[in-house]
Amino acid sequence: MYVLLLLAVAATLLPFAWMLLGSFKTQGELLRRPVTWWPQEGTLANYISWFTELHIDKFFANSLIVAVVTVLGNLLFCSMIGYALAKMSFPGKRFLFLLVMVTLMVPGVVTFVPLFVMVSKLGLVSTYPALFLPFLASPVGVFLMRQFMLGIPDSIIEAARIDGAGEFRIFTRVVMPLCGPPLATLGILTFLGSWNNFLWPLVAAQSEDMYTLPVALSLFSTGQNATNYGLLLAGSVLVITPIVALFVALQRFFIQSVAATGIK
Amino acid sequence: MSTTSSRTPLPPASRSPRGAAGPSLRRRKQALVAWMFAVPFVAIFAVFMLVPLVSSFAMSFTDFTSRDVQNPAAVSFVGIEQYATLLANAQFVHSMLNTAYFVAVGIPLTMAVALALAVALNSGIKRFRTAFRVGFYTPVVTSIVAVAVVWRFILQPDGLLNTILGAVGIHGPDWLNSTTWAMPSMILMAVWRNMGTLMIIFLAGLQNVSTEMLEAAEVDGANAWQRFTRITLPTLRPTLLLGAVLLSVGYLQFFEEPFVMTKGGPLDSTLSISYFTYNQFGFGKYGLASAASYVLFVAIALLSLVQFRALRSKD
Repeated sequence: MYVLLLLAVAATLLPFAWMLLGSFKTQGELLRRPVTWWPQEGTLANYISWFTELHIDKFFANSLIVAVVTVLGNLLFCSMIGYALAKMSFPGKRFLFLLVMVTLMVPGVVTFVPLFVMVSKLGLVSTYPALFLPFLASPVGVFLMRQFMLGIPDSIIEAARIDGAGEFRIFTRVVMPLCGPPLATLGILTFLGSWNNFLWPLVAAQSEDMYTLPVALSLFSTGQNATNYGLLLAGSVLVITPIVALFVALQRFFIQSVAATGIK
Repeated sequence: MSTTSSRTPLPPASRSPRGAAGPSLRRRKQALVAWMFAVPFVAIFAVFMLVPLVSSFAMSFTDFTSRDVQNPAAVSFVGIEQYATLLANAQFVHSMLNTAYFVAVGIPLTMAVALALAVALNSGIKRFRTAFRVGFYTPVVTSIVAVAVVWRFILQPDGLLNTILGAVGIHGPDWLNSTTWAMPSMILMAVWRNMGTLMIIFLAGLQNVSTEMLEAAEVDGANAWQRFTRITLPTLRPTLLLGAVLLSVGYLQFFEEPFVMTKGGPLDSTLSISYFTYNQFGFGKYGLASAASYVLFVAIALLSLVQFRALRSKD
């Protein structure tokens, strides 16, 4: 069993190894046949180009800003509505929850066109708000927060109400401190989604200074650098390294989050 | 917009017969507070999800194009003409068949691989379990654009894959430039990228399989395969259903793989419905793009329904 699993995991990770090894090779070596495994004349030139000529730090900052705002917005808005849906009664509650859940099945391309028309009418093309606004309110987040909050005993909340605490106070002082696990899950899922998001930033960020990492990499890989494999492989390594490092460090939470929602 | 939903917070007191002044007032106040908690989400959700959803539906019955953005008065209602145009469009039909191919092969394959991995990881191994799990899951967290770069490189006619195949005597094709092999390449990549998610879901499901029952069956002389098909699989049915639905919602929207790998080619052989829609959007044919996207929406809803029926009915 170990041998089979080891072979399977090696095959799974092979593309990453190939990416990493290739990023240290020169263009000449990458084009040489038969292919070489270990870099024969190792070079850092591919990485140096990304930092000096291609300004990857700018794209990195864009990706980070968009991801952080998206995460914070989701954590706040989803837990607020989650609290209302789980612990308060109000007319329209069932309908609202159902409506939000149904949109989980809506394919991205359905809202894509009107969204783009709206963003361009508002003059938001190539701005940060265009990149994060459409992702601030995720249905998955509502589901996650509501499900967890349903499990918080009513007695705790009732006790706080009897002590005269207002709902906002109960929310910030009683409910939120208990919500560590779903907040971690939601934060991870949202960060991952935002960091790897590609299609929307590709159309919404039309000036180079607003590109996120995947957009920059994709445009460089179709432009004049299309055959500069070393450069592209180094770019790929730079794009995935932060998220893979985060994943390995927090793997327990990542795996929990998949098991909790069934959604990557 | 949000007005339809935010009108509801004032419950007509007459509707609840229990409406003694005290409780009714308190309930009304709670409803108001509840809506205050819901409003930030609802506002964003309405503007960036519901409005586009409805306008896209409306657009699909018009001849809206990119030129009409500044001058919406020029748009006219055309009924189901866009849908008729779509079904008569050979390229759209081709994209539907491609999507069906991708889904029909990709879903069972991904599920089988993920299930095999989950069962192997659950077979009582103690050491390196976490490391294996991390390894199989890593493709899920990585950006499609970044992995596409290395996959394109690996799938070159004289690239790594064909070098490895050559070592065992197989002459590999030019994967991405062959109308026969481009789609299997996309499926291979999709399996690689999605098996980790399903593996985790299946692993969670496997914890529900009763070990007593498995041991009893073993005592009664059932072999490993019989135990798997008679005990493990039936217990996993709800988990398999969840996995199938998740995958089909994702796979029917299949877009990024061909977008970054083949641009839908060669000769449209990897053009999906989402990709077709995206192209129409690029040509400025917003009405047609909206109609195509709703065809996809209906397909997703239908397939999910069928799967629920099929896997539920046997209970």
